[in-house]
Amino acid sequence: MAPTKGLEVNGLSVQFGGLKAVSNLSLAVQHGELIGLIGPNGAGKTTVFNALTGFCRPNSGTIIFDGHDITHKPPHFVAQFGVARTFQNIRLFKDLSVLDNLKIAYHQNFGYSILGGILRIPLYHQEEAKVIEESVRILDLVNLTEHRQVKAGNLAYGNQRKLEIARALVMKPKLLLLDEPAAGMNPFETRELVKLIREIQESFDLTVFLIEHDMSLVMNLCKRIYVLDYGLLIASGGVDEVRNDPRVIEAYLGEDAPWQS
Amino acid sequence: MLDLKGRKGKWNISVLILLGILYLVIHCMAASRILLPYHIQVLGLVCINIILVVSLNLINGFLGQLAIGHAGFLAIGAYLSAALTVFYGFPFLLAILISGIAAGLVGILIGVPALRLTGDYLAIATLGFGEIIRVIILNIPAVGGPRGFSGIPRLTNFGLTYLLAIITVFVVKNFIDSAHGRAVVSIREDEIAADSLGVNTTYYKVAAFAIGAFFAGTAGALFSHYMQYISPAPSQIGFLRSIEILIMVVLGGLGSLTGSVITAFALTLLPELLRGFAEYRMVIYPILLILMMLFRPSGLMAGNELSFEFLEKLFKRKPKSNAKGVSPGGAN
Ligand SMILES: Nc1ncnc2c1ncn2[C@@H]1O[C@H](COP(=O)(O)OP(=O)(O)OP(=O)(O)O)[C@@H](O)[C@H]1O
Ligand SMILES: [Mg+2]
Repeated sequence: MAPTKGLEVNGLSVQFGGLKAVSNLSLAVQHGELIGLIGPNGAGKTTVFNALTGFCRPNSGTIIFDGHDITHKPPHFVAQFGVARTFQNIRLFKDLSVLDNLKIAYHQNFGYSILGGILRIPLYHQEEAKVIEESVRILDLVNLTEHRQVKAGNLAYGNQRKLEIARALVMKPKLLLLDEPAAGMNPFETRELVKLIREIQESFDLTVFLIEHDMSLVMNLCKRIYVLDYGLLIASGGVDEVRNDPRVIEAYLGEDAPWQS
Repeated sequence: MLDLKGRKGKWNISVLILLGILYLVIHCMAASRILLPYHIQVLGLVCINIILVVSLNLINGFLGQLAIGHAGFLAIGAYLSAALTVFYGFPFLLAILISGIAAGLVGILIGVPALRLTGDYLAIATLGFGEIIRVIILNIPAVGGPRGFSGIPRLTNFGLTYLLAIITVFVVKNFIDSAHGRAVVSIREDEIAADSLGVNTTYYKVAAFAIGAFFAGTAGALFSHYMQYISPAPSQIGFLRSIEILIMVVLGGLGSLTGSVITAFALTLLPELLRGFAEYRMVIYPILLILMMLFRPSGLMAGNELSFEFLEKLFKRKPKSNAKGVSPGGAN
């Protein structure tokens, strides 16, 4: 089989002691798709992202991205292949400025060596100018340019979420994994976020895979959805298909199914 | 706000010119006997301590790892360089360079396993490393064992310590202001986020550690050829010395190079100015630390650098606004 563009997960299992956080999960996300991953609390969604990005070791299964096997690769290695992510509990460099947060994400694109940086070779000056230009371009996109000198930790919550996405974009990723990007946002901010995700997906030619509890966001954005429960894939398919699936309804039993509220 | 670049370049050059003038002033004062050879000797020790404190701040302050065996690297540099010049007749500058490289290599060797630890465990492991180096030296008769290594030629002069201190500060500062230095700071800020952005955290931890060790090694070479004698006592190359350097880093402010320079200067001069201070040093340091924790918990400079922007900020004392000027260069 020719190497396909996109993400391919086969038989992924992750176990924490006796707990099977993810069992035998297989899924595929084609290049350019916008796909959702949902499920009740503790279903194993974040664990899937952690396995994809090298933050936890799968017990079995394979993860192929753009034809490269990234199954047991460390996070910085996975990042080099163009996989970027955000975190459920925002992980910004809180004491650094907004601009410095973005500059760090440009890390892999710098061409000068440690010595070149110390000696301030011409390439250093060129690339330092370029990283500022690039960062400001992306800050413009998320409307944070005026805050560029503010400490990231001092930003309003919604802006912190946006900054984390912006930071991921500076990496020039091919696949962007968003872990509950709308968590803690008000409806207005959520609508803005939907617009933003759609916009960046097109202009950056991105594949987006997102975890979300906010169904309005998922239904607005995602063409296909995967549903996890207790680590098992219980349904997948189009939005309408999934929301009428009896197993999904059962999984959310006792809770309000997110689309009913 | 964004085009600070040009200004910063000039800032570098003007600082260098000022440092050159300062050197000339000291030189003239020494020639006209306003500063006695003893004073110059003390200023040389200040410069050696600046190298040690700034290089440890790279590890403690910018990388954010509590490694505290810095005297171990100092010991390697001090003894190795002395052996090279005394036994093998190496030119001094070459001996300094080799000492730095050797200390840096040992830094890599120690760093790879030790930097998997964090916090207290790393502190204890590195402190232990320092003591191992000291015990090894104690058991090498060729370098004097417990009696110490004497008869080292006086090849260090004030000018050389001054030059190396400047080089150290500039190298560390330029490193911090580069992509590689930002990677190091990002590890301190959030290692997991750094990792997700493609920063090879292990590599940068070891690199910062090795650069710090390199400069501590060169400081050791300067030191032994300045005092013409090096003793394996804990207060010279053992844990007491390590702690002393650490205290200077913390008092000056983790992540502030200017703070490191100021405390290295002040705490090296103090014992010379106050008779009897030397004996009470280990009483006075903790008191200073307690005072600092009470009044300035992030150190003298609190991660800031002395710069035009910082001075502006200090004097204006703007009401706490959202737009705190974070100088893009400083890693605050
Ligand atoms: N590092 C870990 N060690 C042990 N158990 C873990 C670890 N990470 C996750 N788990 C467990 O694995 C299960 C799945 O967790 P995960 O965070 O993937 O859920 P989730 O679907 O993201 O939930 P939520 O919607 O609350 O974010 C949970 O029971 C959790 O307690
Ligand atoms: Mg989660």
